[in-house]
Amino acid sequence: MAYLLNTDEQVKEMLDTLGLKTLEELYDYLPKELIIDELNIPEALGEIDVLRSFQNLSAKNKVFSSIFRGAGSYRHYIPAVVPEMANKERFKTAYTPYQAEVSQGTLQSIFEFQTMICELTGMDVANASVYDGASAAAEAVSMCRDRKKKRAYISGGVNPRVINTVKTYSWSFNAPVEILEQTKDGLVDIDALEKTEHTDIAALLIEQPNYYGLFEDVSKIVEVAHKKGIKVIVKVNPIAAAVVESVGECGADIAVGEGQPLGIPLGFGGPYLGFMACKKNLLRAIPGRIVGETKDEEGNRAYVLTLQAREQHIRRETAGSNLCSNQALCAITASVYMSSMGPKGMEDVAMQCYNKAHYLANELGKIGFKLRYNSEFFHEFVTESPCDIEKLNRYLENNNILGGLPIENNGILWCATEMNTKHDIDNLVSLCKEVL
Amino acid sequence: MRKTLPLLFEKSVENRRTHYLSKCDVEELEIPKNFKRKVAPKLPELSETDITRHYTALEANTFGINDGFYPLGSCTMKYNPKINDKIASLPGFAEIHPLQPENTVQGIFEALEEANKSLSEITGMDIMSFQPAAGAHGELASLMMFKKYFEDRGETNRIKIIIPDSAHGTNPATVHMCGMKVINLKSNEKGCIDVEELKSVIDKDLAGIMLTNPNTLGIFEEDILEITKIIHDAGGLCYYDGANLNAIAGILRPGDMGFDCIHLNLHKTFSTPHGGGGPGSGAIGCKEFLRKYLPGPQIEKEKDLYKFNSYTESIGQLVAFYGNTLITLRALAFIMSYGKEGIPKMSKHAVLNANYLKQRLSERFDIFNKNLCMHEFIITMEKEAKNNNFTAKDMAKAILDEGMMAPTMYFPLIVKEALMVEPTETEGKETLDFVADKYIKIYDDVVANPELAKQFPKNTIISRPDEVTAARSPIVKYMR
Repeated sequence: MAYLLNTDEQVKEMLDTLGLKTLEELYDYLPKELIIDELNIPEALGEIDVLRSFQNLSAKNKVFSSIFRGAGSYRHYIPAVVPEMANKERFKTAYTPYQAEVSQGTLQSIFEFQTMICELTGMDVANASVYDGASAAAEAVSMCRDRKKKRAYISGGVNPRVINTVKTYSWSFNAPVEILEQTKDGLVDIDALEKTEHTDIAALLIEQPNYYGLFEDVSKIVEVAHKKGIKVIVKVNPIAAAVVESVGECGADIAVGEGQPLGIPLGFGGPYLGFMACKKNLLRAIPGRIVGETKDEEGNRAYVLTLQAREQHIRRETAGSNLCSNQALCAITASVYMSSMGPKGMEDVAMQCYNKAHYLANELGKIGFKLRYNSEFFHEFVTESPCDIEKLNRYLENNNILGGLPIENNGILWCATEMNTKHDIDNLVSLCKEVL
Repeated sequence: MRKTLPLLFEKSVENRRTHYLSKCDVEELEIPKNFKRKVAPKLPELSETDITRHYTALEANTFGINDGFYPLGSCTMKYNPKINDKIASLPGFAEIHPLQPENTVQGIFEALEEANKSLSEITGMDIMSFQPAAGAHGELASLMMFKKYFEDRGETNRIKIIIPDSAHGTNPATVHMCGMKVINLKSNEKGCIDVEELKSVIDKDLAGIMLTNPNTLGIFEEDILEITKIIHDAGGLCYYDGANLNAIAGILRPGDMGFDCIHLNLHKTFSTPHGGGGPGSGAIGCKEFLRKYLPGPQIEKEKDLYKFNSYTESIGQLVAFYGNTLITLRALAFIMSYGKEGIPKMSKHAVLNANYLKQRLSERFDIFNKNLCMHEFIITMEKEAKNNNFTAKDMAKAILDEGMMAPTMYFPLIVKEALMVEPTETEGKETLDFVADKYIKIYDDVVANPELAKQFPKNTIISRPDEVTAARSPIVKYMR
């Protein structure tokens, strides 16, 4: 039967040792009325048919040859070396590295991941990762709250799915959340922040670049927020972070983000990789696992899970978070990606995204898709739609292209990455023209 | 044997790189000055040769399931079938954007619906949600649903959650995250819930109970029907922590025991890889009356098309998209491989293996529970610690030297010097005999020469690390 090992003879020997006759006797002492007669699921399939079933299901999904949609999930090129290294059997099958003496590989790779995330974000400390970018943002907001300050402000320019996640966590914690409407340029409303009369604001959550692809003036926002005693959390795109001033340098307190662009496949939204980094003064407030360097008894360099006094298995109901895992395999994936690309390769990816998105915006502008906002953008931007968006996207879909994402007020959120060739973009634009 | 490896950053050579992209084929621009990064991030500069050697060496310093016996109690470290990874990497799953139109992802919806049906049947629930990303996330989702349920009924006074003292630390932390209050319940001397004690802590503010059954001691709570009835009669709800489902899958169902809501660790019972700590999946299931509170969008079929449907009563999103879909697919493949007769057989073999190993080890070790256990059991080293200063930690480190993973140490908290052993069903009798012989030999050696206790491990690449200094003067990133 599938992956069981013991033969009928072995089962019998083992039962004999226990003084039992049948496997069912192992459950004899349990309430009889709870034992079910049979499980109403299909009969077992051999591996050959399991594979066939999934191949059939897989064929019912459309793999687009060209994607111009991002909105929190991005198709980037994944070098062959990335899955090959990250999916090595031991990395994949090991558990949380509780026994440091036999887990130095996992621990060291997480330590390297923490270092690279600190480099990208300009922060001092990163944890070993969390579920995804949205839950990282929600955990960061919780981390800023204290007994007096419970309110969170979120810029309306933050990804709506992230806003929803932060709202869920905050409602659960009985803490208020306010949305700071963006300006007509699509940016954080710094004036409104300056004028707020709330004195119980723990944190402001913004995004760089924001959901609409626009660059925020993070330094200015931090300056205003800090004057009011508000901590600033910035959700950053890790690809953009290679070429955009780091949020740590801009004075932000916490950086979080979605690590999916770093070599993790689209995968219908998961598993992804949340990363979380902060300034030194918040070291003992950050949730999740952290790997630290130390020495063993003989003085050799060694890595261990550390600062566990923060965590739920010690603090139980006084812990700030119940996080007890990490996304180590995704973190290793991201580490292999970042180290394979290196600083120059990361810059190259980022600049190709930037260049292609600007080329796309320019070409779309020529045929009547006007930019909605007047601000600088990275690799996503919003246009008005001169035609019926649904009709447009259906037409593109029939041509094997996933078009931009329809958003509020008849807008389209477009995205281009290094995966979109000039030929792809020209083809998209000419197909759009056919619909007009 | 001792061998620590250089870090990626220490291997870095200025200007070394491998090119993965072609030259940019559109006009090359500059990032506007006021947003531009002044100094490039100090990522390592390496070739693909360096990278592959580095990670190959790191892998060798990692103990995986296929390196040997991996009996981490409560973690269900069973074999991870290869086919599951293969199906999850099919392009029709791995290369699908989460915001594609619904008509282009019908195969994924169909798979998730299959997983929903099978897991609902196995757990005795009415519907599952795959949004939670890990066990603790599933706990959080479930308790949020309880909170929402009471809000909707105007019973906002109901904020007390009963948790036995044998529970995992995530349970109380989850309650705190929901703005609720923990009522600790003392276990009886058998390690089980005392029904009279339970009755005594209930009042009008009861929201519910969080239970694992079998509990963290590997013991089935035989009074479970009475327990859930007491909670329901007092107006509370019952949550089942599915960490230990591997003992009972296909044999008894949490839904029949009276539970209203559960979480499952698909990376435990349903064999998806643990990944060094994640990604896992904390799928949750509930009874019909709680369905509308489930997180995120739910999949529903309209005519012949599956689509997402959002309920206004839902607790909302817990992650940006729909959870760890590629993990759920692996779990479904696992269920399909075992089928209706295989799933109960799997649990029976897990329980048989645990009882057999427990019997063998009881030749030397004190076992907390003398009766038949479920899928795991606890060794207590209390006596040895007292007599010979031979602690659970020492035993664990000695086990590492034998090329095996150590059991879970010092959990549950209510047993002193605990080692929690869960062999799972994917071990054969010969391995269990080998393990028992080794454990007994270590025991005899140390009892004969107590000074040995602190010397383990000798054969691993580092000796015991200094955890105190790590926490007192934290170094959490590489500094040049």
